[in-house]
Amino acid sequence: MIADRINRLARRVPNWTLYILCPLPALWYLWLGLTGGLGVEPIKALEHALGELALQLLIAVLCISPLRKHAGVNLLKFRRALGLIAFLYVTLHLLVWLLLDVQIPAQIWADIVKRPYITVGMAAFVLLIPLALTSNNLSLRRLGGKRWRQLHKLTYGAVLLGGLHYVMLAKGFQIEPLIYLAAILGLLALRLPTLGSPGRARQRG
Amino acid sequence: MALRWKGGLKDRDVTDEAIWLNRRQLLGGSAGLALAGLAGGVRADTALEPNSWEEITSYNNYYEFGTGKDDPARHAGALTISPWSVKIDGLVDRPGEYAFEDILAQMTLEERIYRFRCVEAWSMVVPWTGFELADLLDLAGVQSSAKYVAFETVLNRDEMPGTAYRVLDWPYVEGLRLDEATHPLTIMATGVYGRDIPKQNGAPLRLVVPWKYGFKSIKSVVRITLTEDEPPTSWNKANAREYGFYSNVNPEVDHPRWSQATERRIGGGLFAKREPTLMFNGYEEEVASLYAGMDLGKFF
Repeated sequence: MIADRINRLARRVPNWTLYILCPLPALWYLWLGLTGGLGVEPIKALEHALGELALQLLIAVLCISPLRKHAGVNLLKFRRALGLIAFLYVTLHLLVWLLLDVQIPAQIWADIVKRPYITVGMAAFVLLIPLALTSNNLSLRRLGGKRWRQLHKLTYGAVLLGGLHYVMLAKGFQIEPLIYLAAILGLLALRLPTLGSPGRARQRG
Repeated sequence: MALRWKGGLKDRDVTDEAIWLNRRQLLGGSAGLALAGLAGGVRADTALEPNSWEEITSYNNYYEFGTGKDDPARHAGALTISPWSVKIDGLVDRPGEYAFEDILAQMTLEERIYRFRCVEAWSMVVPWTGFELADLLDLAGVQSSAKYVAFETVLNRDEMPGTAYRVLDWPYVEGLRLDEATHPLTIMATGVYGRDIPKQNGAPLRLVVPWKYGFKSIKSVVRITLTEDEPPTSWNKANAREYGFYSNVNPEVDHPRWSQATERRIGGGLFAKREPTLMFNGYEEEVASLYAGMDLGKFF
Protein backbone atom coordinates (compact mmCIF):
# COMPACT_ATOMS: atom_id res chain seq x y z
CA MET A 1 0.00 0.00 0.00
CA ILE A 2 1.16 3.51 -0.79
CA ALA A 3 0.61 4.74 2.77
CA ASP A 4 2.87 2.02 4.16
CA ARG A 5 5.55 2.80 1.65
CA ILE A 6 5.44 6.49 2.56
CA ASN A 7 5.56 5.64 6.22
CA ARG A 8 8.60 3.39 5.72
CA LEU A 9 10.33 6.12 3.73
CA ALA A 10 9.45 8.76 6.34
CA ARG A 11 11.04 6.63 9.05
CA ARG A 12 14.30 6.62 7.12
CA VAL A 13 14.39 10.40 6.53
CA PRO A 14 15.93 12.16 9.50
CA ASN A 15 14.38 15.40 10.71
CA TRP A 16 17.51 17.47 10.22
CA THR A 17 17.18 17.15 6.45
CA LEU A 18 14.11 19.38 6.69
CA TYR A 19 15.97 21.99 8.67
CA ILE A 20 18.62 22.05 5.94
CA LEU A 21 16.44 21.79 2.83
CA CYS A 22 13.42 23.92 3.70
CA PRO A 23 15.24 27.22 4.28
CA LEU A 24 17.01 26.90 0.90
CA PRO A 25 14.22 28.57 -1.13
CA ALA A 26 14.53 31.63 1.13
CA LEU A 27 18.24 31.88 0.32
CA TRP A 28 17.50 31.29 -3.35
CA TYR A 29 14.96 34.13 -3.47
CA LEU A 30 17.33 36.42 -1.58
CA TRP A 31 20.04 35.62 -4.12
CA LEU A 32 17.62 36.28 -6.99
CA GLY A 33 16.60 39.58 -5.41
CA LEU A 34 20.20 40.69 -5.11
CA THR A 35 21.10 39.71 -8.65
CA GLY A 36 18.09 41.06 -10.51
CA GLY A 37 16.30 37.70 -10.87
CA LEU A 38 13.12 38.96 -9.20
CA GLY A 39 12.35 41.60 -11.80
CA VAL A 40 12.53 45.35 -11.57
CA GLU A 41 10.76 45.56 -8.17
CA PRO A 42 12.52 42.88 -6.09
CA ILE A 43 11.30 44.07 -2.69
CA LYS A 44 7.63 43.24 -3.27
CA ALA A 45 8.56 40.07 -5.15
CA LEU A 46 10.69 38.83 -2.24
CA GLU A 47 8.04 39.83 0.31
CA HIS A 48 5.34 37.95 -1.59
CA ALA A 49 7.47 34.87 -2.28
CA LEU A 50 8.36 34.50 1.41
CA GLY A 51 4.80 35.10 2.54
CA GLU A 52 3.44 32.53 0.15
CA LEU A 53 6.01 29.92 1.20
CA ALA A 54 5.16 30.61 4.85
CA LEU A 55 1.49 30.01 4.15
CA GLN A 56 2.24 26.83 2.19
CA LEU A 57 4.34 25.47 5.06
CA LEU A 58 1.62 26.29 7.59
CA ILE A 59 -0.90 24.48 5.40
CA ALA A 60 1.48 21.51 5.23
CA VAL A 61 1.53 21.47 9.04
CA LEU A 62 -2.28 21.38 9.05
CA CYS A 63 -2.23 18.42 6.65
CA ILE A 64 -0.24 16.14 8.91
CA SER A 65 -2.89 14.97 11.34
CA PRO A 66 -5.69 14.52 8.75
CA LEU A 67 -3.26 12.51 6.61
CA ARG A 68 -2.69 10.17 9.51
CA LYS A 69 -6.32 10.02 10.51
CA HIS A 70 -7.85 9.57 7.09
CA ALA A 71 -5.08 8.14 4.93
CA GLY A 72 -2.91 6.29 7.40
CA VAL A 73 0.13 8.32 6.39
CA ASN A 74 2.18 9.14 9.45
CA LEU A 75 4.37 12.21 9.04
CA LEU A 76 3.98 13.34 12.63
CA LYS A 77 7.71 13.38 13.25
CA PHE A 78 8.09 16.21 10.71
CA ARG A 79 5.43 18.47 12.21
CA ARG A 80 7.63 20.38 14.62
CA ALA A 81 10.32 21.00 12.01
CA LEU A 82 7.75 22.20 9.47
CA GLY A 83 6.13 24.45 12.05
CA LEU A 84 9.43 26.03 13.04
CA ILE A 85 10.49 26.54 9.43
CA ALA A 86 7.09 28.10 8.70
CA PHE A 87 7.73 30.49 11.59
CA LEU A 88 11.13 31.30 10.08
CA TYR A 89 9.44 32.18 6.77
CA VAL A 90 6.78 34.30 8.46
CA THR A 91 9.56 36.14 10.32
CA LEU A 92 11.55 36.71 7.12
CA HIS A 93 8.39 37.91 5.36
CA LEU A 94 7.81 40.36 8.22
CA LEU A 95 11.44 41.52 8.20
CA VAL A 96 11.37 42.23 4.47
CA TRP A 97 8.20 44.24 5.00
CA LEU A 98 9.69 46.17 7.93
CA LEU A 99 13.22 46.80 6.72
CA LEU A 100 13.00 46.88 2.92
CA ASP A 101 9.39 47.81 2.18
CA VAL A 102 8.05 50.22 4.81
CA GLN A 103 11.46 51.42 6.04
CA ILE A 104 10.04 54.30 8.06
CA PRO A 105 9.63 53.29 11.75
CA ALA A 106 6.80 55.75 12.42
CA GLN A 107 4.85 54.31 9.53
CA ILE A 108 5.16 50.71 10.69
CA TRP A 109 2.92 51.02 13.74
CA ALA A 110 0.56 53.31 11.83
CA ASP A 111 0.22 50.65 9.14
CA ILE A 112 -0.36 47.87 11.65
CA VAL A 113 -3.14 49.80 13.38
CA LYS A 114 -4.70 51.37 10.30
CA ARG A 115 -4.65 48.76 7.58
CA PRO A 116 -6.80 45.75 8.39
CA TYR A 117 -4.87 43.28 6.22
CA ILE A 118 -1.66 44.21 8.04
CA THR A 119 -3.38 44.00 11.45
CA VAL A 120 -4.57 40.50 10.58
CA GLY A 121 -1.15 39.42 9.31
CA MET A 122 0.51 40.81 12.40
CA ALA A 123 -1.96 38.99 14.65
CA ALA A 124 -1.09 35.73 12.90
CA PHE A 125 2.60 36.37 13.58
CA VAL A 126 1.95 37.13 17.26
CA LEU A 127 -0.05 33.91 17.65
CA LEU A 128 2.88 31.96 16.24
CA ILE A 129 5.44 33.35 18.70
CA PRO A 130 4.44 31.22 21.74
CA LEU A 131 4.21 28.19 19.48
CA ALA A 132 7.73 28.68 18.15
CA LEU A 133 9.06 29.32 21.66
CA THR A 134 7.53 26.10 23.02
CA SER A 135 8.43 23.85 20.10
CA ASN A 136 11.09 21.99 22.05
CA ASN A 137 11.11 18.98 24.34
CA LEU A 138 11.85 20.99 27.46
CA SER A 139 8.74 23.13 27.02
CA LEU A 140 6.68 20.04 26.26
CA ARG A 141 7.81 18.48 29.55
CA ARG A 142 7.35 21.67 31.56
CA LEU A 143 3.86 22.36 30.22
CA GLY A 144 2.72 18.77 30.24
CA GLY A 145 1.27 17.12 27.15
CA LYS A 146 -2.30 18.28 27.63
CA ARG A 147 -1.54 21.95 28.20
CA TRP A 148 1.05 21.92 25.44
CA ARG A 149 -1.51 20.49 22.98
CA GLN A 150 -4.08 23.07 24.06
CA LEU A 151 -1.58 25.86 23.50
CA HIS A 152 -0.63 24.56 20.07
CA LYS A 153 -4.22 24.75 18.88
CA LEU A 154 -3.32 28.42 18.36
CA THR A 155 -1.94 27.12 15.05
CA TYR A 156 -5.50 26.96 13.74
CA GLY A 157 -6.07 30.64 14.47
CA ALA A 158 -2.70 31.66 13.06
CA VAL A 159 -3.17 29.80 9.76
CA LEU A 160 -6.70 31.10 9.39
CA LEU A 161 -5.50 34.66 9.93
CA GLY A 162 -2.65 34.06 7.49
CA GLY A 163 -5.09 32.92 4.80
CA LEU A 164 -7.35 35.88 5.54
CA HIS A 165 -4.37 38.25 5.31
CA TYR A 166 -3.72 36.98 1.77
CA VAL A 167 -7.36 37.34 0.72
CA MET A 168 -7.57 40.85 2.13
CA LEU A 169 -4.44 42.17 0.49
CA ALA A 170 -5.46 41.01 -2.99
CA LYS A 171 -6.79 43.81 -5.16
CA GLY A 172 -10.06 42.99 -6.86
CA PHE A 173 -11.60 39.51 -6.92
CA GLN A 174 -8.66 37.11 -7.19
CA ILE A 175 -8.88 33.32 -7.22
CA GLU A 176 -5.52 32.23 -5.80
CA PRO A 177 -5.85 33.62 -2.27
CA LEU A 178 -9.39 32.20 -2.11
CA ILE A 179 -8.05 28.74 -2.98
CA TYR A 180 -5.61 29.00 -0.08
CA LEU A 181 -8.36 30.11 2.29
CA ALA A 182 -10.64 27.29 1.11
CA ALA A 183 -7.86 24.75 1.71
CA ILE A 184 -7.31 26.12 5.21
CA LEU A 185 -11.03 26.08 6.02
CA GLY A 186 -11.29 22.52 4.68
CA LEU A 187 -8.36 21.33 6.79
CA LEU A 188 -9.79 23.03 9.87
CA ALA A 189 -13.21 21.51 9.20
CA LEU A 190 -11.63 18.06 9.33
CA ARG A 191 -10.87 18.81 12.97
CA LEU A 192 -14.53 19.32 13.83
CA PRO A 193 -15.80 16.45 16.01
CA THR A 194 -18.61 15.64 13.57
CA LEU A 195 -16.26 15.37 10.58
CA GLY A 196 -13.33 13.69 12.26
CA SER A 197 -15.06 10.32 11.94
CA PRO A 198 -12.59 7.68 13.20
CA GLY A 199 -12.83 8.58 16.87
CA ARG A 200 -9.70 6.72 17.84
CA ALA A 201 -7.23 9.41 16.90
CA ARG A 202 -9.42 12.41 17.60
CA GLN A 203 -7.85 13.55 20.84
CA ARG A 204 -4.44 13.47 19.27
CA GLY A 205 -5.51 15.86 16.48
CA MET B 1 9.74 73.57 -29.94
CA ALA B 2 12.63 71.20 -29.45
CA LEU B 3 11.73 67.52 -29.06
CA ARG B 4 8.50 68.08 -30.91
CA TRP B 5 7.87 66.38 -34.17
CA LYS B 6 5.11 65.54 -36.59
CA GLY B 7 3.46 62.12 -36.71
CA GLY B 8 4.31 59.17 -38.89
CA LEU B 9 6.84 57.48 -36.64
CA LYS B 10 7.32 53.82 -37.45
CA ASP B 11 9.37 51.01 -35.91
CA ARG B 12 12.22 51.75 -38.30
CA ASP B 13 12.54 55.24 -36.83
CA VAL B 14 13.36 53.91 -33.40
CA THR B 15 16.29 55.51 -31.67
CA ASP B 16 18.39 53.21 -29.59
CA GLU B 17 17.68 53.87 -25.93
CA ALA B 18 21.32 54.54 -25.05
CA ILE B 19 21.68 57.05 -27.89
CA TRP B 20 18.38 58.59 -26.90
CA LEU B 21 19.52 59.10 -23.31
CA ASN B 22 22.87 60.39 -24.49
CA ARG B 23 21.16 62.87 -26.75
CA ARG B 24 19.20 64.17 -23.78
CA GLN B 25 22.44 64.73 -21.90
CA LEU B 26 23.95 66.58 -24.86
CA LEU B 27 20.97 68.89 -25.05
CA GLY B 28 21.48 69.62 -21.41
CA GLY B 29 20.27 72.86 -19.96
CA SER B 30 19.14 74.45 -23.20
CA ALA B 31 16.64 71.62 -23.64
CA GLY B 32 15.20 72.54 -20.29
CA LEU B 33 14.58 76.08 -21.46
CA ALA B 34 13.09 74.92 -24.73
CA LEU B 35 10.83 72.41 -23.02
CA ALA B 36 9.56 75.03 -20.61
CA GLY B 37 7.78 76.62 -23.54
CA LEU B 38 6.38 73.35 -24.85
CA ALA B 39 2.66 73.25 -25.64
CA GLY B 40 1.73 76.58 -24.20
CA GLY B 41 3.42 76.68 -20.86
CA VAL B 42 3.26 73.04 -19.88
CA ARG B 43 6.39 72.31 -17.93
CA ALA B 44 8.33 69.18 -18.83
CA ASP B 45 10.70 68.46 -16.00
CA THR B 46 14.09 67.70 -17.48
CA ALA B 47 15.45 66.81 -14.07
CA LEU B 48 13.50 63.59 -14.41
CA GLU B 49 15.62 60.64 -15.39
CA PRO B 50 13.36 58.21 -17.22
CA ASN B 51 13.15 54.59 -16.16
CA SER B 52 14.63 52.06 -18.54
CA TRP B 53 12.65 50.47 -21.35
CA GLU B 54 12.89 47.16 -19.51
CA GLU B 55 11.50 48.60 -16.28
CA ILE B 56 8.65 50.38 -18.04
CA THR B 57 7.65 47.37 -20.10
CA SER B 58 8.14 44.51 -17.62
CA TYR B 59 6.35 45.82 -14.52
CA ASN B 60 2.73 46.51 -15.39
CA ASN B 61 -0.77 46.42 -14.05
CA TYR B 62 -3.11 45.34 -16.80
CA TYR B 63 -5.51 42.96 -15.10
CA GLU B 64 -7.08 41.80 -18.36
CA PHE B 65 -3.84 39.86 -18.84
CA GLY B 66 -3.50 38.71 -15.23
CA THR B 67 -2.99 40.20 -11.79
CA GLY B 68 0.77 39.53 -11.55
CA LYS B 69 3.08 42.39 -12.49
CA ASP B 70 4.78 40.22 -15.13
CA ASP B 71 1.54 38.78 -16.53
CA PRO B 72 0.87 41.64 -18.98
CA ALA B 73 4.33 41.38 -20.58
CA ARG B 74 3.83 37.63 -20.83
CA HIS B 75 0.29 37.53 -22.21
CA ALA B 76 -0.39 40.84 -23.97
CA GLY B 77 1.38 39.73 -27.14
CA ALA B 78 -1.83 37.95 -28.21
CA LEU B 79 -3.82 41.18 -28.40
CA THR B 80 -4.85 42.26 -31.88
CA ILE B 81 -4.18 45.97 -32.24
CA SER B 82 -4.46 46.32 -35.98
CA PRO B 83 -6.91 47.34 -37.27
CA TRP B 84 -7.87 49.61 -34.37
CA SER B 85 -10.52 52.23 -34.09
CA VAL B 86 -11.94 54.37 -31.35
CA LYS B 87 -15.64 54.96 -31.09
CA ILE B 88 -16.33 58.51 -30.02
CA ASP B 89 -19.93 59.11 -29.07
CA GLY B 90 -22.25 60.81 -26.64
CA LEU B 91 -22.42 64.59 -26.56
CA VAL B 92 -20.27 65.22 -29.64
CA ASP B 93 -21.03 66.83 -33.01
CA ARG B 94 -19.32 64.14 -35.08
CA PRO B 95 -19.85 60.76 -33.40
CA GLY B 96 -18.50 57.65 -35.04
CA GLU B 97 -15.72 55.10 -35.36
CA TYR B 98 -12.39 56.85 -35.79
CA ALA B 99 -9.69 54.66 -37.33
CA PHE B 100 -6.43 54.82 -35.40
CA GLU B 101 -4.42 55.80 -38.50
CA ASP B 102 -6.87 58.59 -39.31
CA ILE B 103 -6.57 59.94 -35.78
CA LEU B 104 -2.77 59.82 -35.86
CA ALA B 105 -2.66 61.60 -39.21
CA GLN B 106 -4.39 64.59 -37.69
CA MET B 107 -2.56 64.76 -34.38
CA THR B 108 0.72 66.41 -33.36
CA LEU B 109 2.88 63.85 -31.62
CA GLU B 110 5.06 65.10 -28.80
CA GLU B 111 7.46 63.62 -26.31
CA ARG B 112 6.33 64.05 -22.73
CA ILE B 113 8.47 62.87 -19.85
CA TYR B 114 6.06 62.36 -16.97
CA ARG B 115 6.18 60.96 -13.51
CA PHE B 116 3.95 57.91 -13.23
CA ARG B 117 2.63 57.15 -9.74
CA CYS B 118 0.72 53.97 -8.97
CA VAL B 119 -1.75 53.85 -6.09
CA GLU B 120 0.29 50.87 -4.85
CA ALA B 121 2.94 53.45 -3.87
CA TRP B 122 5.50 52.74 -6.57
CA SER B 123 6.50 55.13 -9.29
CA MET B 124 8.35 55.46 -12.56
CA VAL B 125 9.33 58.18 -14.97
CA VAL B 126 8.15 57.45 -18.49
CA PRO B 127 9.10 59.17 -21.74
CA TRP B 128 5.78 58.97 -23.54
CA THR B 129 5.03 59.87 -27.11
CA GLY B 130 1.51 61.08 -27.63
CA PHE B 131 -0.88 63.88 -28.39
CA GLU B 132 -3.15 66.01 -26.29
CA LEU B 133 -6.55 64.50 -25.63
CA ALA B 134 -8.05 67.95 -26.16
CA ASP B 135 -7.03 67.74 -29.84
CA LEU B 136 -8.77 64.40 -30.26
CA LEU B 137 -11.91 65.73 -28.58
CA ASP B 138 -11.85 68.69 -30.95
CA LEU B 139 -11.89 66.24 -33.83
CA ALA B 140 -15.25 64.95 -32.63
CA GLY B 141 -16.56 68.35 -31.55
CA VAL B 142 -17.56 68.42 -27.89
CA GLN B 143 -21.02 69.83 -27.27
CA SER B 144 -21.52 72.49 -24.63
CA SER B 145 -23.68 70.26 -22.44
CA ALA B 146 -20.85 67.73 -21.97
CA LYS B 147 -19.26 67.73 -18.53
CA TYR B 148 -17.42 64.41 -18.35
CA VAL B 149 -15.45 62.08 -20.59
CA ALA B 150 -15.88 58.31 -20.20
CA PHE B 151 -13.33 55.81 -21.52
CA GLU B 152 -13.47 52.10 -22.19
CA THR B 153 -10.69 49.51 -22.63
CA VAL B 154 -10.93 46.87 -25.32
CA LEU B 155 -12.47 43.60 -24.10
CA ASN B 156 -11.39 40.67 -26.19
CA ARG B 157 -11.82 37.68 -23.92
CA ASP B 158 -10.08 35.25 -26.29
CA GLU B 159 -6.91 37.29 -26.17
CA MET B 160 -7.11 38.41 -22.55
CA PRO B 161 -6.69 35.45 -20.17
CA GLY B 162 -7.23 37.60 -17.08
CA THR B 163 -10.82 38.26 -18.09
CA ALA B 164 -11.70 34.60 -17.44
CA TYR B 165 -12.00 35.74 -13.81
CA ARG B 166 -14.20 38.56 -12.69
CA VAL B 167 -11.34 40.34 -10.94
CA LEU B 168 -13.05 43.53 -12.07
CA ASP B 169 -16.32 44.20 -13.83
CA TRP B 170 -15.06 44.00 -17.44
CA PRO B 171 -14.66 45.96 -19.63
CA TYR B 172 -12.42 48.35 -17.72
CA VAL B 173 -13.90 51.84 -17.68
CA GLU B 174 -12.55 55.18 -16.52
CA GLY B 175 -13.60 58.79 -16.56
CA LEU B 176 -12.45 62.37 -16.24
CA ARG B 177 -14.15 65.67 -15.78
CA LEU B 178 -14.08 67.60 -19.06
CA ASP B 179 -11.68 70.24 -17.74
CA GLU B 180 -9.30 67.50 -16.59
CA ALA B 181 -9.57 65.78 -19.96
CA THR B 182 -8.82 68.94 -21.91
CA HIS B 183 -5.95 70.01 -19.66
CA PRO B 184 -2.74 70.29 -21.70
CA LEU B 185 -1.00 67.73 -19.47
CA THR B 186 -3.56 65.07 -20.39
CA ILE B 187 -2.37 63.08 -23.36
CA MET B 188 -3.24 59.99 -25.35
CA ALA B 189 0.03 58.07 -25.53
CA THR B 190 0.99 56.06 -28.59
CA GLY B 191 4.65 55.45 -27.80
CA VAL B 192 7.39 55.01 -25.22
CA TYR B 193 10.98 56.03 -25.93
CA GLY B 194 9.86 57.00 -29.43
CA ARG B 195 8.84 53.43 -30.24
CA ASP B 196 5.30 52.18 -30.61
CA ILE B 197 3.78 51.69 -27.17
CA PRO B 198 4.05 48.03 -26.10
CA LYS B 199 0.84 46.08 -25.67
CA GLN B 200 1.41 45.58 -21.94
CA ASN B 201 1.54 49.36 -21.61
CA GLY B 202 -1.79 49.82 -23.38
CA ALA B 203 -1.19 49.69 -27.12
CA PRO B 204 -2.07 51.19 -29.42
CA LEU B 205 -3.55 54.16 -27.63
CA ARG B 206 -3.85 54.90 -23.93
CA LEU B 207 -4.71 57.79 -21.71
CA VAL B 208 -2.02 59.39 -19.52
CA VAL B 209 -3.08 61.74 -16.72
CA PRO B 210 0.16 62.33 -14.87
CA TRP B 211 -1.23 63.93 -11.72
CA LYS B 212 -3.56 61.01 -10.98
CA TYR B 213 -2.87 57.47 -9.79
CA GLY B 214 -1.91 55.16 -12.63
CA PHE B 215 -5.19 53.28 -12.83
CA LYS B 216 -6.91 56.43 -14.10
CA SER B 217 -4.68 56.28 -17.19
CA ILE B 218 -6.83 53.71 -18.97
CA LYS B 219 -5.16 51.45 -21.53
CA SER B 220 -6.02 50.27 -25.05
CA VAL B 221 -8.90 52.70 -25.44
CA VAL B 222 -11.71 51.68 -27.81
CA ARG B 223 -14.42 54.09 -26.78
CA ILE B 224 -14.67 57.68 -25.61
CA THR B 225 -18.06 58.98 -24.59
CA LEU B 226 -18.89 62.56 -23.68
CA THR B 227 -21.50 62.67 -20.94
CA GLU B 228 -23.37 65.07 -18.74
CA ASP B 229 -23.11 62.88 -15.64
CA GLU B 230 -20.10 61.50 -13.83
CA PRO B 231 -19.34 58.16 -15.49
CA PRO B 232 -18.70 54.94 -13.53
CA THR B 233 -15.06 53.92 -13.08
CA SER B 234 -13.89 50.32 -12.65
CA TRP B 235 -11.97 50.54 -9.37
CA ASN B 236 -14.60 52.75 -7.83
CA LYS B 237 -17.22 50.14 -8.72
CA ALA B 238 -15.04 47.40 -7.21
CA ASN B 239 -14.30 49.24 -3.97
CA ALA B 240 -15.69 52.74 -3.57
CA ARG B 241 -14.15 53.17 -0.12
CA GLU B 242 -10.65 52.77 -1.53
CA TYR B 243 -10.88 54.28 -5.00
CA GLY B 244 -12.59 57.58 -5.65
CA PHE B 245 -13.55 59.12 -8.98
CA TYR B 246 -10.80 61.73 -8.81
CA SER B 247 -7.88 59.66 -7.48
CA ASN B 248 -5.46 62.56 -7.63
CA VAL B 249 -2.02 61.75 -6.27
CA ASN B 250 -2.15 63.23 -2.79
CA PRO B 251 0.36 62.41 -0.05
CA GLU B 252 -2.02 63.80 2.57
CA VAL B 253 -5.04 61.68 1.74
CA ASP B 254 -4.32 58.19 2.96
CA HIS B 255 -5.52 55.23 0.97
CA PRO B 256 -6.98 52.53 3.23
CA ARG B 257 -4.55 50.01 1.77
CA TRP B 258 -1.32 51.93 1.27
CA SER B 259 0.06 55.08 2.85
CA GLN B 260 0.44 57.61 0.07
CA ALA B 261 2.96 59.80 1.88
CA THR B 262 5.91 58.07 0.25
CA GLU B 263 6.65 56.01 -2.82
CA ARG B 264 9.36 53.77 -4.15
CA ARG B 265 10.82 54.44 -7.56
CA ILE B 266 11.03 51.26 -9.61
CA GLY B 267 14.55 50.24 -10.55
CA GLY B 268 16.35 50.90 -7.27
CA GLY B 269 16.91 47.25 -6.46
CA LEU B 270 16.47 45.45 -3.16
CA PHE B 271 17.56 48.42 -1.05
CA ALA B 272 15.70 51.22 -2.83
CA LYS B 273 14.79 54.03 -0.45
CA ARG B 274 11.32 55.48 -0.21
CA GLU B 275 10.87 59.00 -1.50
CA PRO B 276 8.29 61.56 -0.44
CA THR B 277 5.27 61.73 -2.74
CA LEU B 278 4.59 65.11 -4.28
CA MET B 279 1.17 66.76 -4.26
CA PHE B 280 -0.56 66.04 -7.58
CA ASN B 281 2.51 63.92 -8.37
CA GLY B 282 4.59 67.07 -8.82
CA TYR B 283 2.14 68.81 -11.16
CA GLU B 284 0.54 70.97 -8.48
CA GLU B 285 1.43 74.24 -10.19
CA GLU B 286 -0.35 73.14 -13.36
CA VAL B 287 -3.45 71.43 -12.02
CA ALA B 288 -4.24 72.61 -8.48
CA SER B 289 -6.56 75.29 -9.87
CA LEU B 290 -8.81 72.57 -11.30
CA TYR B 291 -9.76 71.65 -7.75
CA ALA B 292 -10.00 75.08 -6.17
CA GLY B 293 -12.56 75.05 -3.37
CA MET B 294 -12.96 71.27 -3.40
CA ASP B 295 -12.38 69.19 -0.29
CA LEU B 296 -9.86 66.69 -1.64
CA GLY B 297 -10.34 64.48 1.39
CA LYS B 298 -13.97 64.06 0.37
CA PHE B 299 -13.47 64.10 -3.39
CA PHE B 300 -10.53 61.68 -3.29
